[in-house]
Amino acid sequence: MSAAPRTIRFTLNGRTVAAEVAPQESLVTMLRDRFALYGARESCGQGLCGCCTVLVDGRAVSSCLALAALVDGRAVTTIEHLDADGTLDPVQQAFIEAGAFQCGFCTPGFVLMTRQLLEQHPDPGDDDIRHYLAGNLCRCGAYPEIVQAVKLAAAKRRGAAG
Amino acid sequence: MASDDKPHAERFPFGIVGAGLGVVTRQLPPDEPPPLAPNADLAVIGRPVPRQNGRAKVTGATRFTVDISLPGMLHGRILRSPLAHAEIHGIDVTAAARHPGTRAVLVVARPDELTGATLRYVGAPVAAVAAVSMVAAAEALRLIRVDYQSLPFVADMDEARNATAPPVFDAASAPAGYASGFPARLNLPLDGNVRGPATDGRGDTAEGFAEADLVVEGEYRTQVQTHCCLEPHAIVADWRADGLTVYMSTQFTAGVRHELAEAFGLPLDRVRVIVDGMGGGFGSKSTLGSYGRIAVALSRQAQAPVRLVLDRQEEQMDSGNRPATWQRLRIGAKRDGSLTAISLVSYGTAGVALGAGVGNVAQALYACPNFAAAQYDVFTNASPGCAMRAPGNAPGAFGLEQAIDELAERLQLDPLTLRDHIDPSPVRREERRIGAERIGWRRRHAPGADPGPIKRGMGVAQSLWGANVQTNSACEVRVMRDGSVEVLSSVQDIGTGIGTVLAQTVAEVLGLHSEAITVRIGDTEFPAGPPSYGSRTTASITPPARAAAWRVLRPLFREAALALNAAAEDMAVRDGRILVRGDSGRSIDFRDAAARLRTDRISAVASRSDDYGGFRWRMADAAQARQDLGGVQFAAVAVDTETGVIRVERVVAVQDCGRPMNPLLIESQVQGGVLMGLSYALFEERILDRHTGRMVNPNLEQYKLAGACDTPAIDVVVLENYQANSATDAYGIAEPANIATAPAIANAVYNAIGLRLRALPMTPAAVLAALGKFPARS
Ligand code: FES
Ligand code: FES
Repeated sequence: MSAAPRTIRFTLNGRTVAAEVAPQESLVTMLRDRFALYGARESCGQGLCGCCTVLVDGRAVSSCLALAALVDGRAVTTIEHLDADGTLDPVQQAFIEAGAFQCGFCTPGFVLMTRQLLEQHPDPGDDDIRHYLAGNLCRCGAYPEIVQAVKLAAAKRRGAAG
Repeated sequence: MASDDKPHAERFPFGIVGAGLGVVTRQLPPDEPPPLAPNADLAVIGRPVPRQNGRAKVTGATRFTVDISLPGMLHGRILRSPLAHAEIHGIDVTAAARHPGTRAVLVVARPDELTGATLRYVGAPVAAVAAVSMVAAAEALRLIRVDYQSLPFVADMDEARNATAPPVFDAASAPAGYASGFPARLNLPLDGNVRGPATDGRGDTAEGFAEADLVVEGEYRTQVQTHCCLEPHAIVADWRADGLTVYMSTQFTAGVRHELAEAFGLPLDRVRVIVDGMGGGFGSKSTLGSYGRIAVALSRQAQAPVRLVLDRQEEQMDSGNRPATWQRLRIGAKRDGSLTAISLVSYGTAGVALGAGVGNVAQALYACPNFAAAQYDVFTNASPGCAMRAPGNAPGAFGLEQAIDELAERLQLDPLTLRDHIDPSPVRREERRIGAERIGWRRRHAPGADPGPIKRGMGVAQSLWGANVQTNSACEVRVMRDGSVEVLSSVQDIGTGIGTVLAQTVAEVLGLHSEAITVRIGDTEFPAGPPSYGSRTTASITPPARAAAWRVLRPLFREAALALNAAAEDMAVRDGRILVRGDSGRSIDFRDAAARLRTDRISAVASRSDDYGGFRWRMADAAQARQDLGGVQFAAVAVDTETGVIRVERVVAVQDCGRPMNPLLIESQVQGGVLMGLSYALFEERILDRHTGRMVNPNLEQYKLAGACDTPAIDVVVLENYQANSATDAYGIAEPANIATAPAIANAVYNAIGLRLRALPMTPAAVLAALGKFPARS
């Protein structure tokens, strides 16, 4: 009953790749099963928690809802790419310094959303941060440290830019 | 130096720092390390050391159980009951077994020839398959034919209490002994769906109420809360001829190993349980669970590894939950506030399981000579409850602490003044003092005093939680010849950072930095560690870690003494060096001392000793310290009387966990506890359709969790409280921090609007109903 798979080509973390995907296959499943990238994880399966966040053409996307076939010809970036050159992104660094996680299951999603936030708003206030991150859940309740981490990351980025 | 092989008297720090820190003399058991100084005098323990595994968490490199992928791994999936109460008369799995992707099929609810198999809640496992892909597994499940006969059911607790309600169990089938993570009281009568009462008492409440100048009485209700771990329940079971290996998102590797050995008839040494990253448990991942048993059985049948991960709907429907409760409290008091009697009647439902009591806050929080409690479990056709962060005491405090607040008002006493009078705990006295100052309690106004539509208020509530210990807890410390150090235990890190705390503990003893210690945990190949529930992890595993490090240090001291031409008993450690006490010019690098060892590796294993002052009680592997862990929380809220929305603006949480091992990690736990309490207070509720028994909000959309926008300013203060009980004197914090939040918010809401909300969650609809602006929910 599964319809015919098709071959897609896309850029994954800077490299051109191809994959044969089933029409109903989700992006998160493809990344995990075919590329062994486990940093995006399914939790709610409904676009509500942000644990499965990846970037498609630079925009944050819930990969549990996105179909794998739809990234044909696009660029997908996952959490694993952020320290590809061996150094942590300032956002990652800030999350460590602020202790912005307990179990860490939600962390990749928060890190990617924070990067997008800081690209749009380099100096966000507390309320901006909370609203921007409203689509990411943390059941351990690390929100206070996450907000701190975002501010710390903003300061680091401004420092690096200035 | 006193001889270590005999118990001898030692002087320990004792009491609360800043509020009467003193000294106590206790017998130190043989082979235990010497008393540990207060944190101010330590180098690593008590410092805000960042988590060891931070880098892996921010880069996605941490391997959670859902990330485990083994060669040839199959995917398991469970067929679940669509009906709230049914008998299965036949089940046909032939077509499922013939599906080309299927590798194993298991019938879980097995009808025998005479009677059908009974299913008692929507979501109860019926059958399961393992197949080559998730898609194939789902397809195969759809091919299973089940002949269900629907039976009358009851999903609502109040209806279930009626004599005419359909019985969920009969006397023979009802669970008796154990549920919800606690031993339930045995041999209680079952009348219809009502089991109990479990009674507790002292004195004579009739006399107590007769003596009272004033009696307050109230009924309180709490809802079912689900754990909502972001990592779903997950297992990869790998059954092989030479043994079983299980990767599992679990709060208790050593316990799951025992369960597996027993369930599958294997010796313990053939069962290995591993967890690396663990994405939250909150009580729901304490045991093997039905899904765990199913995955292992499928793996055995298929002769291949099987991955079984619950989806969010299954998580919500059948992975445990905090039981709903109804409580009636009566409290009698004298004019001066002295309590004369407390009576508590509670009914709670953990669905088809036991354990829906409301804990021991009413029994134990306040001095009161006369007390009587009758607690009942009510069976309903709903999925089994289980322990959830401070089971019993969280719903119990919601009732009790509002009743005390009400009593204070009736007595025209400040709620803190009343508590100063009736609460014997010196810990909470100090916590009240600190918290009142932080929140600005003096500014608190009379109930409903704000003139505008947005009304602000402040409230306070208290908690107690047992200082739990697992005596079956062990830890190994190894020193290599190159000076590298490992600490090993099967204890698991569920997000609290226990690995980092173990590194700190060992580093303190050896005079090293905590980053120099390699932590290897979450694997039953290592000495058996404690569970991560009951807030007992730190209390159980840090003392043996310190003891093991101290024992492994002695051969190094001998080598150092030889090298330095000194006596071994004069050796001390500091900053990576072993030195002669009082003559720091004579020292040797830790690594150089290690290089002199006779063998490549030395090692010591220690287990948790009994508390130096003795336990309050001990049953099998579980024990409790003599003192409780007290907490006091203050909340400031703003209630919009036009929309009914409650905003929590600020929470001050003052908590006790004995010796704080790492303030960063503790603050994080306390904030998490407060937020889960806030979420419980305002948002979360499992809703079952009483006409079908189905959960109508089995997702994270209609089941609402507190998010970043709902997070108040949270002020955390942690006492430093020494009780001379163990080699570290440290206790847990995760559960204590989750108890007082909901009642503190409820009391603040009362202070804001002058109306008391006695049911959770306190939704806008509930606020508007209380204000008479909206019809009350029936
Ligand atoms: S799993 Fe995709 S948003 Fe929750
Ligand atoms: S750190 Fe556990 S869910 Fe966010």
